[in-house]
Order: sequence, then structure tokens, then C-alpha cells
Amino acid sequence: MLKQVHFKSSALPYMLVAPQIIITLVFFMWPASQAIYQSLLIEDAFGLSSQFVWFDNFKELFEDDRYIKTFGRTLFFSAMVAMLSLSVSLVLAAMADRVIRGTGIYRTLLIWPYAVAPVIAGALWVFLFYPTTGIISTFLTSMGYEWNHQLKGNQAMFLVVIAAAWKQISYNFLFFLAGMQSIPKSLIEAAAIDAAGPLKRFWTIIFPLITPTTFFLLVVNIVYAFFETFGIIHVVTKGGPANATEILVFKVYNDGFVGLDLGGSAAQSVILMILVIGMTIFQFKFIERKVEY
Amino acid sequence: MSHILLKGVEKIYPNGYQAIHGVDLEIEEGEFIVLVGPSGCGKSTLLRMVAGLETITSGEVHIAGRKVNDLEPSQRDIAMVFQNYALYPHMTVYKNMAYGLKNLGTAKDEINRRVGDVAKLLELEDLMQRKPKQLSGGQRQRVAMGRAIVRKPAAFLFDEPLSNLDAKLRVQMRLVIKNLQARLGTTTLYVTHDQVEAMTMADRLLVLNAGIVEQIGTPMDLYERPQTRFVAGFIGSPAMNFVEVKLSDDGSKFHIGDNALPLNKALDTSQSEITFGFRPEHLVLDDHGIIPLKIALIEHLGAESIIHAKLNNSDDKSSNAITLRLNGHTKEQNGNIVRASIAPEHYHFFNQKSGHRIRS
Repeated sequence: MLKQVHFKSSALPYMLVAPQIIITLVFFMWPASQAIYQSLLIEDAFGLSSQFVWFDNFKELFEDDRYIKTFGRTLFFSAMVAMLSLSVSLVLAAMADRVIRGTGIYRTLLIWPYAVAPVIAGALWVFLFYPTTGIISTFLTSMGYEWNHQLKGNQAMFLVVIAAAWKQISYNFLFFLAGMQSIPKSLIEAAAIDAAGPLKRFWTIIFPLITPTTFFLLVVNIVYAFFETFGIIHVVTKGGPANATEILVFKVYNDGFVGLDLGGSAAQSVILMILVIGMTIFQFKFIERKVEY
Repeated sequence: MSHILLKGVEKIYPNGYQAIHGVDLEIEEGEFIVLVGPSGCGKSTLLRMVAGLETITSGEVHIAGRKVNDLEPSQRDIAMVFQNYALYPHMTVYKNMAYGLKNLGTAKDEINRRVGDVAKLLELEDLMQRKPKQLSGGQRQRVAMGRAIVRKPAAFLFDEPLSNLDAKLRVQMRLVIKNLQARLGTTTLYVTHDQVEAMTMADRLLVLNAGIVEQIGTPMDLYERPQTRFVAGFIGSPAMNFVEVKLSDDGSKFHIGDNALPLNKALDTSQSEITFGFRPEHLVLDDHGIIPLKIALIEHLGAESIIHAKLNNSDDKSSNAITLRLNGHTKEQNGNIVRASIAPEHYHFFNQKSGHRIRS
């Protein structure tokens, strides 16, 4: 009996998966292995000589106050970005779920920011908040609040959080809306008959039922804040003022390409790599168990 | 005074489609009313308008003496059982049943007591800590009912609650619901497309067709004196036989093909072309019968036999299909030519155009 599909040439299946494997090899496996190798070296600034030092680069990192601080800052940054973008998009999705007329326009408008490149998004927010000419900063100044994110670390952090969160709202919105619309309408109606008002229905029925979505988005947003906000930070603050907005990915760039400490920078990216792998595994494992109905 | 009152209730959707045409209905306290009709006839829409899940375009709905047109579903003092049960999947059976009471701010002891009572009534005690996913179809159905009963509402609304169950369970639950309703004495509005369900459960039936009320009455009313051809064809299984017939000039008899059947009483109609209806169970095989039939197919059900036949007329081109229902086993064979008769009290006549019943 023929149980498997047989190809005449045994090369065909390999050719079919080759593009994917080649891409993974060239764009992930090779740079990743290079980074791991580099993280074990100390190189001089001109790249003329290098020395194999085992885990000295890592040891140095964890003894470095500035790195630990950056780590903490990154956690704070990603928590803020995730919270802000999740909560805003949750509200937007909940409202879009109830919209009856003009749904198409409303949704399209909400999805637009996702199509904006991070650098453009950053530039947009810089224009809005530019201390001397920005619309919002002018308004704030006229209200008696002094805005200058080029000097004040807290304001700079606030600005990058907003810019990064804004860009992620569309993505979250799409998932939340899809999650809400997959809840059977009769459940909401049953709750309405069971004397639950719109707000109560949201918190006792809709929100618990979209937990898997929320959890998935939480992980995605943290990963996003950790790794994909480089462009925004680069444009808005360049990590400043006084490193107030320097997060881990930005430090990798700063130390490696500006400070030319290639070994230390590589060690940092290896740590980031481990983090993202960990989070992905966590997500896959947890989400499978979390879906309970 | 009636417990639920519908006055000229209409539903017109924004796109101009009229789903419900002026429904008037008075329901007494404790009555079990079944809304029945083919799918798409607007029966669920009507129920949802009573529940407050659909807006009422015009007309009035009163529940327990209050006009409820502008009240939220939660303020109407009703409980509803949905076709898919709509149990909250993330809550246990207990929480599902307690949810409504909790929202109403009922004291915890009271909730406990009432949920406990209902659980006992529906034999759900062992399932209280389970989630809906861990229940069988029949159990879910009982939980959905429990959730409705526990609220002690002025009225129960059922939206095809049995259509997701298998045939055997459906027959069982039919009795359970009917018994329960009789015991609790709660006014009930029940939607179904299944005429057997409707006949067996209802105190009174409302037959809806394309948003228009065809007839309201007790099951026997509808069976014995259907007011329209639609009701006649919808109630009863197998369905009533219809033959287009010609009335004689003096109105004393009518013709099926070559054969003339006498009438005891003159019909109240000016038309001579009318529809003659008779139920399969009222046909009797009779060698001297006046209706000649050619048997096409026999279904043996044990307790009864259903014979599918055709009018055996030389000139008749319409070749009406006729169904007979006989008790027990029949020895007739496919292709046999037989004769049948009907007692005149089982004659039904309908206007060919309007479909209305013609009185005799």
C-alpha cells in the first residue's frame, strides 16, 4: 500500500524548503553565530587584533551599573508601552465592536498607523513635541507647563513611550476586535438579560473571554518594545538626554557602532537573543494551556 | 388582565424589509404559548422584540402590566433560553446560574439558596463546579433553563431550545420543559419550527408565516379547524392533502376529476374553483370509496403505514400526490389501484386565492 506521496526525484522536497532554510541560515543562523563568537572576543577599536576571553564580556556587563540601569529602564519602557498600547486599543476595539454605521471607515483609520515606518512615526512625534516649534509643546508652554524633552529625561521617556505605543495600537486593535467579534452574540444578549450593563458585560464576559488574545498581545508588545523600537528612539531622542531613554537595543548599537566595543555589544545582543527566545517559548507553552474553552 | 400583551407589533428593518406585520396577542398568566412557523418567518424576531434584543418599530409590548417598549432587556423581568444556550464558557455552572442574581444585587445567602433549589429541581447538583465545556448537550440545556428559572422572572422566553439536541433527547426535554412550566406556572413564550414540538407543548399556538399571523388557537383548534391553507398544511404530519376541485352549480357536490363528492351543507363561497383539503389519517381504504388512488410507495413504520399515492383519474393532468396514513401493517403493494373515502366531517375547504378557510 502506498502510504506516502512519492516524488520521482528526491531532490524536489529539498528544493521546496530550500528558500526558507537559506533565508534562515543567512539572516539568522549566521549572524547569530557570529554574535555569539564575537561576544567571546575583545577586539581593538580598529579591528586589527582580537583576543579570546571566554565570558569576560558578560561578566563585565553584569558588573556594570550602567548596564543594569539600562536593563531596568528597558523593563519600565516596555511595561509602559505594552500597558498604554494595550489599554488604548482595548478601549478602541470595544467601541468599534459597538459601532454599527461607518464601521469600514472607522477601522481603516485605526489601522493606518501600522503602515507608518517607525522612523516616520518617531519624526511625527518629534514635530508635535519639538520644544520651540511643536504644536503640543507650544500648547503645553502656554498652559504654563515647561516642555523640553531634549533636556528632561522624564519627558523624553514619556515621549518615546507614546510614540512607540501609538504605533502598536493598530496591531493590538485588530486582534482585540477580532477576538471580540468571535464571541457569540447570544452570550452578550444573555448577559444583557441577566441585568448586566454595558460596562459590567465588558468586564465580566467580554474581557475574560478574550484573555488568550490579551496574553498573546502582551507578549508580542513586550517583544516589540524590547526590539523594534530602535528606529523611534533613534529619531526622537538618540537615547538621551543623559541616557534617559537608552534601552537595551539602543545600547547594543551605541556600544558597538558608536563606542566600537564590539565584544561587549555582541554580548549584549546574545543576552537579548536569549530573552526573545525565552519569551517566545513561554508564549507558545502558556497560550496552549491558557485557552480554556 | 393579560400577562403579556402585544398590540399591533411591527418590525421594519432599516433597509425597508418588514419582518413582522402587526401582531396582536394576549397571553394569560401561566399560559404556554408557542410561536411556530417555517424558518425565516419572523418568529425569533418577534420573541427578541419581546425580550428587548430587537427594537420595536411600531406597536406596544406589555409585560406584567408594564409597557416595556423602551425598557432595557434587564428591566423587563424576563429570562431567555437561547438556541445555543449561551452559557458563559468561563464560568462554572453555579456562577452561570448566579450571574443574573448577582447583578441584581441579591444577597449571597439568597443566591445560594435559590441556585441550590433550582439545581435540585433540574438534577444539576453534581455539576455545579463544572464548566459548560465539560457538560453534555442535555446538561447544558438544563443549565440554560436553570439560569432562567433561578431569576423567577415574570416570563420565560425560549428560542428553539431543543433544536441542538438529538431526536431522543428532544422528546425527553419536551416533557421536562412542559412539566416544569406547569409546576412553576410561569408565563412562557416558546419559539420553534417543529410543529410536533409546538402541538405537544403549547396551551395555545401562534402560527406565523412571512411575518403575518396566520392563526392563534389551541393545538386542537388548529388541527381541526385551520383557518388558512398555510396552517392546514403546516400543522399535522404527514401534511394535509390538497386537491383543487370544482364546485357544482347548485353547490351540493364537488368534483375531483371524474368523481363527484356530495356535500352535506352548502359552502359559504361565491367561487366554484376551491381547494379541498383532507388529512392523511382521515382517508380510509374502502372498496366502495369514491376516490381512486394508485399507490406509488409505502412506508412501513410498524404502528402505522404511510401510503404515498396519486389520484388515479383518466383526465387529471395535475396528478395530485395524496398521502394516506393507516393504522398497523397494510398488505397493499406498490402500483396497486385502490379506492378510498373520507367522512364529510373531515372535509376542509379553502379559497384558492386568499387561502382562507371556507365555512360550511
